[in-house]
Amino acid sequence: MIKGKFIDNLPKVYGIYTGGFLVFIILMAIAESMGMSKEAIGVFFVAFTVFIYALIGYLSRTLQLDAYYVAGRQVPTVFNGMATAADWMSGASFVAMAGGIYFKGYGYMALLVGWTGGYVLVASLLAPYLRKFGCYTVPDFIGTRYGGNVARVCAVVVLTVASFTYVTAQINATGTIASVALDIDFKYAVYIGLAGILICSMLGGMRAVTWTQVAQYIVLIIAYLLPVFWIGSKIGGNWFPHLMLADEVARISELEAQFGIIKNSPENMAMLKEATKVEPGEAKWVLSGITKAHSEVNTTPWKFISLAICMMAGTASLPHVMMRYFTTPSVKTARRSVGWSLFFIFLLYSSAPMLATLSKLSLMDPTLTTGIIGKSIAEVEALEWYKNWNQAKLMLVQDFNSNGTLELNEFFMGGKAVVLATPEIAGLPYVISGLVAAGGMAAAMSTADGLVLAIANALSHDLYYKIIDPKAETAKRLIVARALLVVIGFAAATIAAMGIKQILGSVIWAFDFAMSGLFFPLVLGVWWKRANAQGAIAGMVLGLLSGTAYLIWVMTCAEGAKCGFWDITNLTFGIVGATVSLIAMVVVSLMTKAPDAATQRMVDEVRIPSGRTILGKQH
Amino acid sequence: MSKQAKHWEKTRNLLWITLAIWFVFSIGIFFFGAQMEASSFRPLGYPLSYYMTCQGSLGIFVILIFWFASRQEKIDEEFGYSEKEDD
Repeated sequence: MIKGKFIDNLPKVYGIYTGGFLVFIILMAIAESMGMSKEAIGVFFVAFTVFIYALIGYLSRTLQLDAYYVAGRQVPTVFNGMATAADWMSGASFVAMAGGIYFKGYGYMALLVGWTGGYVLVASLLAPYLRKFGCYTVPDFIGTRYGGNVARVCAVVVLTVASFTYVTAQINATGTIASVALDIDFKYAVYIGLAGILICSMLGGMRAVTWTQVAQYIVLIIAYLLPVFWIGSKIGGNWFPHLMLADEVARISELEAQFGIIKNSPENMAMLKEATKVEPGEAKWVLSGITKAHSEVNTTPWKFISLAICMMAGTASLPHVMMRYFTTPSVKTARRSVGWSLFFIFLLYSSAPMLATLSKLSLMDPTLTTGIIGKSIAEVEALEWYKNWNQAKLMLVQDFNSNGTLELNEFFMGGKAVVLATPEIAGLPYVISGLVAAGGMAAAMSTADGLVLAIANALSHDLYYKIIDPKAETAKRLIVARALLVVIGFAAATIAAMGIKQILGSVIWAFDFAMSGLFFPLVLGVWWKRANAQGAIAGMVLGLLSGTAYLIWVMTCAEGAKCGFWDITNLTFGIVGATVSLIAMVVVSLMTKAPDAATQRMVDEVRIPSGRTILGKQH
Repeated sequence: MSKQAKHWEKTRNLLWITLAIWFVFSIGIFFFGAQMEASSFRPLGYPLSYYMTCQGSLGIFVILIFWFASRQEKIDEEFGYSEKEDD
């Protein structure tokens, strides 16, 4: 690929790509109408898109350091925005978010506010300044700003803890989707997902990841929006659901009052447990029932706000997001690029509640043909889509009161089914379900790419090159970087294959870890000249330790015992970590010597956009 | 005051304004979730609390970042700290 030419032709290249993808969808739809099987459509969608990403990854291979680490710093604003959006929106955002809103309503939507509000902090506090710095990685900034290898190593440790928690969840998600779409065992599907991720990132580093992420964004946003708009117009002609669903939201409240939202009794839950028992080694059922009203304020202000705060500060400290802004041509474009990132994220996040609304209404409203609540159990059990998703262990009906009619509290569904099954429930052709699978795969792969690269780059650049072997030549550095990428990928896939955690639990932890250790050392590095190495080290170490200690405390809490304080849960332990980190950093900085004149000058330089970057183009 | 100190003062003021708006729409209003729900002001017909969590605040953040970026660019220009095109 000719470099300069490729950058100039980006809109054309991706325009053709988008057109090609739409043609592919239409061809699949035609194939379906001619009798192609569901399984084959699923395989085609996932295999075709992953092949394209791998091809882009291969074409973007490079032997240059700045291309490998920061994509040659020439990614235009809007395209970097798309790449960041794909980098950001994980398998969890794509597959699990609408389900979370469906079951938990208002309380869950704190995540939406947190995961978007964080970008205001990125744009105003950090991204433009770190871009001016010219670093390759986040620990590169910490190491140079504060000086000394100890600070650098601490940053690498925090980064690795936070990102590794996150990446196992992503590889788990690629494995889940690959195993469903390609119909193979999860244990092997995880490694197929990993192979895709590594091909996209290994040969070209950041450059390859950038151009595949743009491609993945296009697939995932089409896959998310198309069903939402389609289902919306199918239900009562809401051709623009975001602006037109107020009546549907009100109608759900009405139906909730009519059917009654009942929390199941312990006896009922015991019956459910009995019905979902599995042999050891078999896949588990993933089910929830509706226990919260759809649009009511159902949580205390502090619970909502504390979760939002953690997600916002976590967003601003997660390295795989920050490093995307190292790839823009200038400080100005880095700043604007954050705006574009959030715009592209907004497109999906504002659609998730709409999908949850449409999905819930299709199932609940007895006047719609798709409504099942109030119908006879036998009738529901005979439905084709119910049988499919029941087999996938994502849907179950239970006749608790043995009246033969399905009540609201007798229907159980996995959160993932809201995104994965709604097209089928609403009677859309199967081609849409195949498209959604490809979208989920794109979302999980793109985030995994960014995370694996963030960890491997920090280890290869900050640990290996800056500390262990500063004389290493370019070729050797790139070999080490790639070897680490493979090792980390395999480690994450191995843990994912064991299938320990649910997708979202550990994703939220990653934000809390990142916030505990990195938020204040990063922010104060730019905004407080007096901050010094000792302070930053204390902030990172004590922040991470106290956050982790609090997490262990609340997680290992004996039943009945009182653990934790201020209503801070295992999802918001970052508040404890970050508070300790801030106090430790300020106190220790003030107790020790102020940074030397050279460091102070460096901070002054960082604060103005013009002039040369602090670190050279190749370093 | 030196040119650079003035530039930084303006930059810092812009930061405070940006963070104040951010605080209101990410944290401030959610202290009043129940009041928003009961409010008779219903954008597009949605309950206000629901609307803010699924579109309102999110959209305001997008606009806020673009506004912030253009204001910061003006400040940089005023003091001659903008980057050259071929930088």
